[in-house]
Amino acid sequence: MNYRLTFYLLLAGFVVLSCSSNNSNTGTATKQDQTNKEVPTESGKKSPDYAIKKVELNNPLDATMVEDGKGIAELKCTSCHSLEENRLVGPGWKGITTRRKPEWIMNMITNVDMMLAEDEEAQKLLEECLVRMPNQNISVADSRSILEFMRHNDGEN
Amino acid sequence: MKTVKVKIRVILALSLVVIAGVFYGCKPKDPLNSSSPIISGGSGVADEVYVAPGEKDDYYLFTSGGFSGQLGVYGLPSGRLIKQIPIFSQHAENGWGYSEETKPMLETSYGFVPWDDSHHPKLSQTDGKQDGRWLFINGNNTPRIARIDLKTYKTVEINEIPNSAGNHSSPYPTPNTEYVVAGTRFSVPIDETDVSIDSYKENFRGMLSYISVAEDGAMDVAFQILMPGYDYDLSHAGKGPSHGWSFFTTYNTEESNTMKEVNASQRDKDFLTAVNWKMAEELVAAGKYKTLETREYRSNRWDEATHSATSQVRKGTKVIDASEHPGLVYFMPCPKSPHGVDVNPTGEYIVASGKLAATLPVFKFSKIQEAIANKDYEGTVHGIPVLKYESVLAGEVEKPGLGPLHTEFDGKGYAYTSMFVSSEITKWKVETQEVVDRIPTYYSIGHLCIPGGDTREPVGDYVIALNKITKDRYLPTGPELTQSAQLINIAGDKMRMLLDFPTIGEPHYAQACKASLITDQQVKFYKIEENDHPYAAKGEKEAEVIRNGNEVHIKMTSVRSHFAPDNIEGIKVGDKVYWHITNLEQDWDVPHGFAVQGARNAELLIMPGETATLVWEPKEAGVVAFYCTDFCSALHQEMQGYVRVSPADSDVELSWSLNKAPATE
Repeated sequence: MNYRLTFYLLLAGFVVLSCSSNNSNTGTATKQDQTNKEVPTESGKKSPDYAIKKVELNNPLDATMVEDGKGIAELKCTSCHSLEENRLVGPGWKGITTRRKPEWIMNMITNVDMMLAEDEEAQKLLEECLVRMPNQNISVADSRSILEFMRHNDGEN
Repeated sequence: MKTVKVKIRVILALSLVVIAGVFYGCKPKDPLNSSSPIISGGSGVADEVYVAPGEKDDYYLFTSGGFSGQLGVYGLPSGRLIKQIPIFSQHAENGWGYSEETKPMLETSYGFVPWDDSHHPKLSQTDGKQDGRWLFINGNNTPRIARIDLKTYKTVEINEIPNSAGNHSSPYPTPNTEYVVAGTRFSVPIDETDVSIDSYKENFRGMLSYISVAEDGAMDVAFQILMPGYDYDLSHAGKGPSHGWSFFTTYNTEESNTMKEVNASQRDKDFLTAVNWKMAEELVAAGKYKTLETREYRSNRWDEATHSATSQVRKGTKVIDASEHPGLVYFMPCPKSPHGVDVNPTGEYIVASGKLAATLPVFKFSKIQEAIANKDYEGTVHGIPVLKYESVLAGEVEKPGLGPLHTEFDGKGYAYTSMFVSSEITKWKVETQEVVDRIPTYYSIGHLCIPGGDTREPVGDYVIALNKITKDRYLPTGPELTQSAQLINIAGDKMRMLLDFPTIGEPHYAQACKASLITDQQVKFYKIEENDHPYAAKGEKEAEVIRNGNEVHIKMTSVRSHFAPDNIEGIKVGDKVYWHITNLEQDWDVPHGFAVQGARNAELLIMPGETATLVWEPKEAGVVAFYCTDFCSALHQEMQGYVRVSPADSDVELSWSLNKAPATE
């Protein structure tokens, strides 16, 4: 059941993402001043209009996704992120799945320009690290595999 | 006294302002010009060329870099330079011709030739219209044709043309880019090459080469047509009714080999040459050619998967002797020392400019066909029929100006011809050959360009003047001045000067097209997963240093903002070190640079997902720094590393590391 649900959610994520992909491709220079597309939440506080809204987690982990995620991470991520707690260029990945929601992680991977423009937590990280996390053109499906690998790295089975 | 002088000056100035105002007010209102984007409140002309910060131009303009060997890319109407594409000349800025991957692009049968004289950019066509796939350009000095991919703005092929010299009437594609052509401006001895120059008439020959262009763009010398020893200056292919033919202007029919300035200008008429290339295709298919193997030539191609070029040696071309095949080539008398030859959008009229002539002849294709059918010849030279001038002429433009060179066309039945000696553009009606307007250019215009003005579908309201002399148009910069182009509005009855802008090298010819023809297909980065470079490091895990005798290969990665590895020891004096840098970034506009102290070549500029290689041969022991040259992030200044070079007989072990204890081989 979980698999099917995840698939539909991923598909929905894809559709949302491809609708906004024009924006994310037109410029990679610092666009801190772009207009905030904030929407009011139930509590009245404003939060960004995340492209990936809900991620269904697997339990137990999907071994194939863990393996895929590891391969993509070694190609596109681990130059700057260690698998331990220490910061290289960006924060270490150890414990990330307990610190951050799965949706936040996948939005950060797939839509970093929007996150740095609108998400307070992402902005805090930029202030700490001072290097904008690169858009590595990772698909939503690949970011889901990276998440699976991160959970594996955090000791989940 | 002083006040009187000042008063007089004020009065003079005021009256000048009034006069100017009157002139401006009297300026005829041109209904056709009302479509021009004049913003109210501005000074009209400035607003027509002003592209506000953040806005983009409507057109691309590609100008030949002339003796720079490169290509300039500009936006219009602003005239802003947006890129210089390296083609025939080494370009230290991005390592073109210095990196191991790009060096094969500049290989020729003469060896490595790091320069050429690029003259005529030509956009590829489908059905006689611009298709936005490629741009071709000729190298004049060491005869070559290059192909630039407009998805990447990179030179992806350079093909050498054998049995040729002074590759000037080139590349001029046929309407479906079946062929690009290469005609010799300097006839040369072909079979036996070590001959006396005095034997010109006996031994020297011209060659018109047809280079086929495959579906994927790959070029190949399909056949060559052996011609009398004249100078074949410029060319254009027929289209519409004249599709299947190409035309070459032909001078030095005197066959002179010295003081050509005088001796090649003796006759009142030289020739316009018409070549039936469809018939040449049939002759080749029927095996009616001779194979000429006098000289090897090179075919250099770029592979986007390996991010590398290869240079292939070729030998042997299929040669058809024009004098042996009736119907293949005709000459038409053309006044005097003709330069440009241009075919109008309908394909019916052919304009050839006699640069020393007082009139401008306009030939009609249907009359040429009729004259051929009726064998309406005034004679035969070197076995090739000469058609009667009066039989093929539609008319002459009377008093067009002095020194007519080139003609382009708008979509409304008008032609625009550049006048080198009288420094002006003359607008005339193609059907009636009647002059309707003139505008001065600054100075000594050579080619001119209308977007699509050489195709079946002119698309722009501009003509761009490409001037040979700049003189006083810009701030002085010592003896050497910039080159210059001008933008002129042709939307209305009267041409209107809009803008001067400097160009790189001499802008011989240019092509312009709607930006939208090209912008949608841009490659923004290379997918790292598809990188097939043999020394690519796909991720830092694959970064390593490999010794093979005296050859050391460093597989290094770059990402904002560090190299992996960034500490290397165990290099020795006498080693040949290959720095293979893979840029791991996967986003637009994030190149990384690489430079190492004392490198006797250049830097590398590596695009996202690409691998590029710089060779370095350290001559002395010591620790040498390397760094990223392209500002990449807030920590760009930290993007650096060290390599230790030890004496040749040292026993320092080869090791490399990033942020940890050294690993060993």
